[in-house]
Amino acid sequence: MSPVNYVYLAALLFTIGAVGVLVRRNAIVVFMCVELMLNAANLTLVAFSRIHGNLDGQIMAFFVMVVAAAEVVVGLAIIVMLYRSRHSASVDDASLMKL
Amino acid sequence: MSLSSPASSLPGDALTLAATSTSGGEAVSFWVLGTIAVMGALGTVLLRKAVHSALCLAGTMVILALFYLANGAYFLGIVQIVVYTGAVMMLFLFVLMLVGVSAADSLKETLKGQRWLALGCGLGLGIMLIAGLGQASVSSFTGLAAANSEGNVPALAAQLFTKYVVAFEVVGALLTVAAVGATLLTHRERIEKSKSQREQAEERVKGGTQLPPLPAPGVYARHNAVDRPGLLPDGTPSHLTVSATLLSRGQVREVGPEALHRVAALEQRTADNHGQTEHGRMYGEPHEPDPDPDLDAARERDAREARKAQEAREEEASK
Repeated sequence: MSPVNYVYLAALLFTIGAVGVLVRRNAIVVFMCVELMLNAANLTLVAFSRIHGNLDGQIMAFFVMVVAAAEVVVGLAIIVMLYRSRHSASVDDASLMKL
Repeated sequence: MSLSSPASSLPGDALTLAATSTSGGEAVSFWVLGTIAVMGALGTVLLRKAVHSALCLAGTMVILALFYLANGAYFLGIVQIVVYTGAVMMLFLFVLMLVGVSAADSLKETLKGQRWLALGCGLGLGIMLIAGLGQASVSSFTGLAAANSEGNVPALAAQLFTKYVVAFEVVGALLTVAAVGATLLTHRERIEKSKSQREQAEERVKGGTQLPPLPAPGVYARHNAVDRPGLLPDGTPSHLTVSATLLSRGQVREVGPEALHRVAALEQRTADNHGQTEHGRMYGEPHEPDPDPDLDAARERDAREARKAQEAREEEASK
């Protein structure tokens, strides 16, 4: 087995995550699908780091993780705020800029 | 599962030589765990309840952590478990509990044909990605044995604090800003003054609601469970005594007149079976317990031994 298989798997996971972002209506599930896409990108970076034999890919994956953690914190805060004002976590209900 | 890079099994200066294939154990683990990871990802997208989605995603992330370990990214593998499955997914679950666990996605389409269009776009993206990968020719790979020779964490740290130190600092600032931003976003300013205890009490009196504490459930009923309403003196159940939640769920047990009659009939039958009259059971017929010969013998023996011990002590004292 070649390590490129990991990249194939990452492509598959990324596609599934992208479809989830487009199809699901619950904001939290949409967010989880974004996380899935980020993880797939990380797997690609780690696999290429091994294929090329240097650690730059792993460092990039590390930064992706940190940024993803920050993004989760802010995104979930926004979802909680939306839920407070509209009593729903559906992305369809957040169709106006104001209440 | 084989965690070691295949190149590490090659001796000496062959470390930098390219390998073409990983070990068989890694291939097996890839196919088995990869299938589970894809199933978890599909579950994240397809399951209707958000909690199930979150658990599926957590499983996929654990498997990805194993893949990082298999690829020689030991630090990232551990960080993936600690940060993603430990912190991020638990944060997701917290917010799910806050927002309402039972909320399931509605299947109603708000935009006509959007779902099929999205599926088509996703399929196109997948085909494009995988076809593009198929075009690439990666026949051999270097492996991380040389890069990880002094350990994965020291090697990563050496790069992180020299070549990428600016990015590292910026990311630290980003995390701080994110934490402050989240606090600011979820903070709610209280606009109206909060009511004092006195004002609340006065409001209650003015409202004419129940002033003393509500009566306890099950009082004067046969049972004292919380789902049994207490009985008023005339035998009717009082719904003030049970929690409003139980009432709205319809989980209150009835102790109405029929139930009371049933209980009375049951008591009558029990009393008949025991050969006692209802009157006797209620007011207590005087009766002596049957003498137990074994018990009497034991008592006699105990008394004899006590007497003997007493005599022995007296003799001891007179000497």
